[in-house]
Amino acid sequence: MNLIVRNGLVYDPLNSIDGERMDIAISGGKIVEKVPEGSAEVIDASGMVVMPGGVDIHSHIAGSEVNTGRLLRPEDHVNDVEFKTAVTRSGVGYSVPSTFTTGYRYSRMGYTTVITPAMPPLEARHTHEELNDTPMIDKACFPLLGDWWFVLEHLRDGELKECASHVAWMLRATKGYAIKIVNPGGPEMWGFGRNVKSIYDQIPPFNITPRDIVRGLCKVNRILNLPHTIHVHTNNLGKPGNYSTTIDTLRCVRNLARDDRPVIHITHCQFSAFTGSDWMNMGSGADRIAKYINHHTHATIDMGQVVFADTTTMTADGPFQYGLYGLTGNKWVNHDVETETGAGIVPFRYRRTSYVHAMQWSIGLELALLIEDPWKVYLTTDHPNAAPFTTYPRIIAWLMSREAREKMIRRINRKARRKSLLRSIDREYGLYDVAIATRAGQVKALGLKQKGHLGVGADADVAIYRLDPRETDLSKNPELVRKAFEEAAYTIKDGVVVVKDGKVVKPVSGRTYWMDVETTSDFKATSELKQKFKDYWTVEYENYPIPEDYLLRSQRVMTKAGI
Amino acid sequence: MKHLTTIGPVTCPVCGCLCDDLELIIEDNTVIQVKNACAVGEAKFLDCQQNRPRTPLIRKNGELVEASWDEAIQRSAEMLLSARYPLLYGWSSTSCEAVRKGIELAEEVGGVIDNTSTVCHGPSILSIQDVGISSCTLGQIRHRADLVVYWGCDPWSAHPRHIERYTAFTDGRYRESSWRRYAKRYYARQLLKRVQRVSNITSKTVPSTETTTDHLPSFPKVRDRLMVVVDVRRTRTADAADYFLQVKPNSDYELLQALRMLIRQEVLDVDEVSGIPVEQLEELADAMIECELGIIFFGVGLTMSSGKNRNVDAAISLVRDLNKWTKFLIMPMRGHFNVTGANVVSTWQTGYPFAVDFSKGYPVYNPGETSAVDILSRGESDASLVIASDPVSNFPREAVKNLVGNPLIVIDPLETPTSLMADVVLPSTFVGIETEGTAYRMDHVPLPLKKVLEPPDGVVSDEDVLHRILDHVRGLRKEAP
Repeated sequence: MNLIVRNGLVYDPLNSIDGERMDIAISGGKIVEKVPEGSAEVIDASGMVVMPGGVDIHSHIAGSEVNTGRLLRPEDHVNDVEFKTAVTRSGVGYSVPSTFTTGYRYSRMGYTTVITPAMPPLEARHTHEELNDTPMIDKACFPLLGDWWFVLEHLRDGELKECASHVAWMLRATKGYAIKIVNPGGPEMWGFGRNVKSIYDQIPPFNITPRDIVRGLCKVNRILNLPHTIHVHTNNLGKPGNYSTTIDTLRCVRNLARDDRPVIHITHCQFSAFTGSDWMNMGSGADRIAKYINHHTHATIDMGQVVFADTTTMTADGPFQYGLYGLTGNKWVNHDVETETGAGIVPFRYRRTSYVHAMQWSIGLELALLIEDPWKVYLTTDHPNAAPFTTYPRIIAWLMSREAREKMIRRINRKARRKSLLRSIDREYGLYDVAIATRAGQVKALGLKQKGHLGVGADADVAIYRLDPRETDLSKNPELVRKAFEEAAYTIKDGVVVVKDGKVVKPVSGRTYWMDVETTSDFKATSELKQKFKDYWTVEYENYPIPEDYLLRSQRVMTKAGI
Repeated sequence: MKHLTTIGPVTCPVCGCLCDDLELIIEDNTVIQVKNACAVGEAKFLDCQQNRPRTPLIRKNGELVEASWDEAIQRSAEMLLSARYPLLYGWSSTSCEAVRKGIELAEEVGGVIDNTSTVCHGPSILSIQDVGISSCTLGQIRHRADLVVYWGCDPWSAHPRHIERYTAFTDGRYRESSWRRYAKRYYARQLLKRVQRVSNITSKTVPSTETTTDHLPSFPKVRDRLMVVVDVRRTRTADAADYFLQVKPNSDYELLQALRMLIRQEVLDVDEVSGIPVEQLEELADAMIECELGIIFFGVGLTMSSGKNRNVDAAISLVRDLNKWTKFLIMPMRGHFNVTGANVVSTWQTGYPFAVDFSKGYPVYNPGETSAVDILSRGESDASLVIASDPVSNFPREAVKNLVGNPLIVIDPLETPTSLMADVVLPSTFVGIETEGTAYRMDHVPLPLKKVLEPPDGVVSDEDVLHRILDHVRGLRKEAP
């Protein structure tokens, strides 16, 4: 099927296109040079902005912890329902939507690729079952490997190659895309109710440190030639003063960088950017982290932006989540996963009248505005931890409009208002920056070559928004920005119009991307695995890997490892 | 020589243990030997081909007569479509793939979809939604637990391999199996019984009427893989345990709250709670605080005795409070091999784990209002589809009356009391034996179920049956919207 998006204002940062009026031609699901006139359906995008489909590098949308979050919050669903229509399934929202609703809502905002970043390997099958039931978007998932006994043992024994072989096996077995590390060492300690306090703590009985884990997996990442860097949720998340842990973590892999390319990604950095020593004197460490990121090339981050709403926190950071229960007294779910990792879930309401929450709100934006290079910082809310993903348009408006930020600043806690750096920041994102923060930058970090841009050969994932920066000064009209990004004029997925005026018109199924690492030493890994399997897990070796045909639409990404 | 095949590992489709290490020896499409399974699992594989209905049945003039698949599917679709408030119930002994189809069907006909949690661990789920839960996968217990409490459940009978695979009688990274300790105690008890029998014969005195509960057995000094049972009667599991507390029926709530008080270092003003002396409770509380990792497994002893979900509230809260001192966890002993799967699939697709009502066009969840037994007891539904369960055998009489008094479709591999009362009977395959699929263990670990035998001729999988009914429903809708 041929399609022409005519006369739109195109923002395609990966191809350096900054607001050019041009036509985009689509054929067979891909962007092409041109299509024969008269053969194509034409979308008149005059007066509208055209961008690649949105890409979300970190959003908890599928898997065991997400589903337990859904179970935990019937009160969250009851006021936010989706009716069944002729083309869509029914469902519920708000902070942990059901799977069909998740797909539809992302698509309505013009998003076409979403990564679910915390998959316990033992329960990978569950993640993929849910992703299969999440329509409209392409997906990938990150297995949690930072506390896996195999990793801990190999790193303890200095066996980097064996570690890499096993990680390669694990990526294929779980159909995962990248290495995820959460509070390295923490979930293993939490197995007995303890935690780590710094990257130098010893983790019994393995006698390695979080620093060893991060460095070790960073090396493994390079050995395996994975397109994305290690994806790290730092130690001491959510603790006053933790910005120094974040900088320690960034520092500890600096000498592993070969060229100017990043070797580490710190996710939802806002939660890891606090100064102070307790909740009374907690403050923003965003400027310090921004300074570090500005002066180095080996790291990228995503925001983890807070929006004042009633949401649900869920991470693999078991001890942190228990701490959150202690702070709030809210219902608390804990789910430790044998041999591998853990999870915790606690509902949480961010209040603008709370000093700490208001500071957190400010910190996320400060990070995005103080880091000079927009290719280093991406828009996320660590959905649903800091806010539901449906709030992205609001965040885009804050980034683009000082006025919009000021409007919120006037309503937040007084002490936070005084301490926030936002009033001293004039910078406003333009559409080109927004395109980087919500698509191009994310995709560059992920290494998904055919996504996030509109060059010839790319997947025809396109978002068209009702915004005309030539007619309107967007920075003075944040409401227009927000509305436009909330309901895409058109969302095109693989060359098919799937959303029109914010409504799903054609349900489609996306692909699941996973990493197929070609190594030479597969066989050795397999036999050692089989021997240890019975000792380490309560499931059989043969039942652990996910067969490729389990995925509704499997999309292999190949890479050749250095072993 | 006959042709024998060995297949393994096979996942057992019986209980929530979902043991996946079975080995089957198959000859000519029949299982002739089962390795590693418990007696219940073995029986399912050995007997699965007996008494299998092979053709659909439709009730005509009061009698169930054989019909073609087309006719039976057509009749089923008509029944569901013409109902105002159909109920689709069961789901716990079939695959996740079938459950997904079932939800799609329920949504299409605007009915209610509910699974057997509604009469089993539904209260546990309600409780989790109120207070959360501190839990884990079973391997965590195997590797780390030095205190295992079975409360209101009897794994020795209902989950036979639970203790040997996941808890006390298995080795973990940090713990050793306590099987030998149990074996020694068992033989010692046998010896004592023998000695007593001999002494009763040789001495001419009247045997003592003193029961063993009159003098309190002392709390065990051993703290490794300590197994404690709390129950209203001395079960087989209680016999295997290191310590048994006999709680008065319908008073688990008070007992749990008393333990919470002790954990919080409060003083109990009474001598006993729920029939158990406070001294024993204090020892149990000490053991709970002093362990490195403890777990409470619980069953319908808590969920279906007086208090129901409040009992579970108290148990979960006790475990949560214990986390101030040490690592403590709790897990419901799910019965059917895929009731967890039914909850899990229902939750991700609709947002809710059971009792989901689609009659408004979107999912509504309100147990008590939208749950099967309540709907049937109030006579609100006017047609039902029952699959992978047997409510006629298990539901209250009033509910059963309304179930069978209205059009009833049954999908099942076997003839059951429910299928005998049905208006349409659709014979299906055994998931995990004749059809592959996915199931979830009691700790939410998903496992693949294999197909190891060919099904009897003409018999079709649950998923296929549901798919056909759904197709027909959609077809009928198009003709007469």
